[in-house]
Amino acid sequence: MNIIVCVKQVPNTNEVKINKETGTLIREGVESIINPDDKNAIEAALVLKEQVGAKVTLLSMGPPQAKAALKEGLAMGADEAYLLSDRAFGGSDTWATATIIAAAIEKIGNYDVIFCGRQAIDGDTAQVGPEVAEFLGIPQVTYAKDVKLDGEDILVTRYTENADFLIRVKTPCLLTAIKELNDPRFPTVAKIIEVYDEQKDNIQVLTFADIDVDPTQIGLKGSPTNVFRSFVPVKEKHSEFIEGSNENEKAKVLMEKLAALKLI
Amino acid sequence: MDFKFTDGQLMLQKTAAEFAEKYIEPRAEEIDRTGEFPKDIFTEMGKVGFSGIGTPVEYGGSGGNDIDKVLVVTEIAKKDASCAAILSIHTIFASVLNKFGTEEQKKKYLPETTNGGALGAFALTEPNAGSDAGSAKTTAILDEETGEYVLNGTKCFISGGGQAKNLLIFALTDPSKGTKGLSCILVEKGTPGFSVGKIEEKMGIHGSETVELIFDNCRVPKENLVGKEGQGFKIAMTALDGARIGVAAQALGIAERALEESVKYMKERVQFGKPIAALQGLQWYIADMATKIECAKWMIYRAAWLKVSGQPYSKEAAIAKYNASETATFVTNLALQIHGGYGYMKDYPLERMYRDAKITEIYEGTSEIHKVVISRSVLK
Repeated sequence: MNIIVCVKQVPNTNEVKINKETGTLIREGVESIINPDDKNAIEAALVLKEQVGAKVTLLSMGPPQAKAALKEGLAMGADEAYLLSDRAFGGSDTWATATIIAAAIEKIGNYDVIFCGRQAIDGDTAQVGPEVAEFLGIPQVTYAKDVKLDGEDILVTRYTENADFLIRVKTPCLLTAIKELNDPRFPTVAKIIEVYDEQKDNIQVLTFADIDVDPTQIGLKGSPTNVFRSFVPVKEKHSEFIEGSNENEKAKVLMEKLAALKLI
Repeated sequence: MDFKFTDGQLMLQKTAAEFAEKYIEPRAEEIDRTGEFPKDIFTEMGKVGFSGIGTPVEYGGSGGNDIDKVLVVTEIAKKDASCAAILSIHTIFASVLNKFGTEEQKKKYLPETTNGGALGAFALTEPNAGSDAGSAKTTAILDEETGEYVLNGTKCFISGGGQAKNLLIFALTDPSKGTKGLSCILVEKGTPGFSVGKIEEKMGIHGSETVELIFDNCRVPKENLVGKEGQGFKIAMTALDGARIGVAAQALGIAERALEESVKYMKERVQFGKPIAALQGLQWYIADMATKIECAKWMIYRAAWLKVSGQPYSKEAAIAKYNASETATFVTNLALQIHGGYGYMKDYPLERMYRDAKITEIYEGTSEIHKVVISRSVLK
């Protein structure tokens, strides 16, 4: 079995502050991490690797520093890693990104399962995974909270707010992972030492020239989405203390107010 | 000069920090309160490979060196000094066996030591042989007929001695030669004639048990001799040189956490209408704490670097340990003071850290013994 895991390096948004003037993230001095849902995707692939001896390939798109995220994934136990990095890819929205990633997956070839994280914490679109599946013309199950092999098929428990769906899917397919899927492992010390050996160049870089992709569909110009303006919403808090001589009276006033606001 | 860690070392540091946050932080208060050996954490430290740092991969270890060990022990000590002590002392067992053990001994004992399966311990101290380790009275006399060493005597203050599956015991194989008759012998738990005596009740590091070991005609095969007969004192001193870096890293972790807690508290705690971080008297405490921590940190890194690059490091390890442990008690004292009444309560970790810090000035050689080591080296 061959598994490809799509990984994105993101700023640790727990630490990120927003520049209120420009509405953009202040990325300086903020640690870069593997997108949390993508870590669940890597873990899911590694579990299958342990069960059936799969080969796990990581794929990311980003600037050269995104190699750090791939190295961490290799230290967790993945077998090989590709970084899509080219000026021509810059400014891509989800459509353009998925176009490039799908082309890279076609290039890598011979895959049974593609794992993605549900969504990235910097953009929160949850679009790239599903778009990649569409471009590749393969089935997809999003929001996977459990994944089991069943003969040639995969049984996926898909989480939704109202009910879980148990879905049987044929390979090749694409699954997007949520944090409930598993508890990502720590890289072992021995793997860290092996993967971070400075003599070793274990990330293969793919450029525009390496993949078969329509140049009109990628980069800033190939992106149908344009961000019109980004801004920080103004948070307003209004509070009112309800007066009354006893609890019953206060409760009555509260009920009247809620009814007036048509909340009950 | 180059003061940078490699990407791999930074990754290891981050992994250790996340590991400690996940497995140790939620348990630290309970470990201190109950004094129970955190077997689950020890097992997890084995799985992730912390226990195997410094042991070659061919014997089940993780590879890596003393710089890696310093980074990991420091991160763990930030969350719990007991767990840092357990890891640090455990790796001494592996490093002695790796350096002085036979091929058979390494193959037999190192894999279970490094994978978290079996705790190792190191027993040198006796009731009348503390700083004066050369006065050890425990004997291990070879019985030529059976090919066994027969151990008799008592060891005390042995970290992990009751939980350990394998122990390195320093005993006289030739009592007439004094220190030159001291040898290192591996004893397995459950060997007839070997029992655990008093379990000490301590001021701090409650999760790292400290016990008395009693040997009463305890027989072990002569194949359990580690190194050569009479090499024991050298083995012990070599092990202690390395162990000092470990204790220093533990002290550093305690001090760094105490500073972090103090900074957080000073920004949150409002008195006289403003956060106490605005009070110059307390700001100066922070300056003193940060300065001492910075000194401690780089001395430890340099001692570890000297060791890793194969240069003499005894003096530097002694300076690093002496300085880092005094830094830990200094910093935890001020941190507790900054926290005021809350610092004295068990709801905050400062009270525990204050008690834990003290041991770093005492074990693996007291501050005073370190001054002997340092001054001898400077005055020679």
